[in-house]
Amino acid sequence: MDVSLGAELAYLFSSVLFVVGLKRLQSPATARGGNRLAALAMLIAIVATLVDNQVLNWTGIAAGMVVGSLIGGLAARTVKMTDMPQLVGIFNGFGGGASALVAAAELVRVQSTNIDLGLGDGFTIAISCLIGTVTFSGSFVAFGKLQGVVSGNPITFPLQKTLSALLFLTILVLGTSMMGVFEIGALPALTVFSVFTAIALLLGVLLVIPIGGADMPVVISLLNSYSGLAASAAGFVIGNNVLIISGALVGAAGLILTMIMCKAMNRSLANVAFGAFGGETSSAAQIGSGDQTARSVDAEGAAMILAYAQSVVVVPGYGLAVAQAQHELRKAMDNLEERGVDVKYAIHPVAGRMPGHMNVLLAEADVPYDKLFDLDEINEDFGRTDVVLVVGANDVVNPEAHNPESVIAGMPILDVDKAKSVIIMKRSLSPGFAGIDNPLFYMGHSLMFFGDAKSSMTDLVREVREA
Amino acid sequence: MGEMVVGLYVFVLATLTGREVITKVPPTLHTPLMSGANAISGIAVVGALVVSAQVDSGLAQILGIAAIVMAMINVVGGFMVTDRMLEMFKKN
Repeated sequence: MDVSLGAELAYLFSSVLFVVGLKRLQSPATARGGNRLAALAMLIAIVATLVDNQVLNWTGIAAGMVVGSLIGGLAARTVKMTDMPQLVGIFNGFGGGASALVAAAELVRVQSTNIDLGLGDGFTIAISCLIGTVTFSGSFVAFGKLQGVVSGNPITFPLQKTLSALLFLTILVLGTSMMGVFEIGALPALTVFSVFTAIALLLGVLLVIPIGGADMPVVISLLNSYSGLAASAAGFVIGNNVLIISGALVGAAGLILTMIMCKAMNRSLANVAFGAFGGETSSAAQIGSGDQTARSVDAEGAAMILAYAQSVVVVPGYGLAVAQAQHELRKAMDNLEERGVDVKYAIHPVAGRMPGHMNVLLAEADVPYDKLFDLDEINEDFGRTDVVLVVGANDVVNPEAHNPESVIAGMPILDVDKAKSVIIMKRSLSPGFAGIDNPLFYMGHSLMFFGDAKSSMTDLVREVREA
Repeated sequence: MGEMVVGLYVFVLATLTGREVITKVPPTLHTPLMSGANAISGIAVVGALVVSAQVDSGLAQILGIAAIVMAMINVVGGFMVTDRMLEMFKKN
């Protein structure tokens, strides 16, 4: 496929804008402009493509573009900020699916001209279809887990890894055959390709179902990376550099986020992918708790402690997102600040279900981002903090991480137990996703504030006003 | 083969560029980074358009148009939701 010089230059310009746009995401002040720049780059690339190609059927193409834009636009406008991980997950899936379909359409087109695929074309089509399809089905499973349609616990069955390995081996054989190295009986190329795609779909499902809900930040990041790699591979299929470049940028972004998430849990990518970590099956769930008692506090008591503190650090977790209590939290903290209390927020990298999930929720509730602090920035401050308010977080504040015997040993945590007192807003004493007990709940300076985060927070707002 | 090797150069250099640029994005912006990057991966729409433009019937066209729909969901939805999020990030 020959691309005219004009279109090539437009693609080059787009590629530069993508890089500059991403660079502007380095600061919240320039980020919005950066995103718009990237959107402009996309528009330029699309227009250049339409101008450069002799379009045989405008109706179909225009209809496809309108339908896709409407669906995407509607989803983007109506989604709740708490549901952002699902949305990004499903968008990843569509991106991957699109790349796989590009490869499929190209294969069918070439077949219809009765030209055999060469080694190179066969290879790029196979890779593009494989990565794209795995991203597609894997993303749908991830979406199901985040939405609660599929169980958030790891789903495992005997010989699961063996099955995946066998399927992957079959993919390799079929893929090699697609490259024209050998023929499988008298099977037509399209049949081989269909089986190849079906197995890739299954492989995507098998790769994501054994991964638990709390590991979703890693999965979403990884699928994000795959969707980029799939686009790059599609770029190789049709010999288009703007696809290769943009796809590589996204692939790098996803991979970096994946590594950050793994580091934040002190686990390797292999452990996340194959460890089937967390959920009810964890054998360590029954440690301790027998004769320990946790002290509880009501809204009035919690309000008194918070209102007469000098410094308060809030640690939000997934429970805040589930209860959608971010606005009530902000109101409560506003009241404290009016009383002269210094309020900060400590964000653990894997709090929530995707990288930066808590930051988005707090931004939605108008919490200024300069009050949000990372693990490294705030951990030393806990020793000088009067009260820590943990809202729906558990594993990220579990001091067991410092115990070398624990399953979460070595995971970097927020050292909230160093504060003078800790109030933990949570529905029950039940373990967090790692499936282990949290000794923090039973410490002498800890108080449990039981209840749904939203109603508890509403009570807290009222009581702080009266305190 | 020559074209593929050039493509490989482009791919590797773009990956390195991406790494340099993205490592410096602060954790606060990781969600918008992910959804924005996700929208960029919708660049597959260019591939879908190139393939679709060359055919006017049959299976290849159906596949091509399906690819356009999916990629456009990704592009429009991704950029819009990222914009919605970034609008909320403000300083004190």
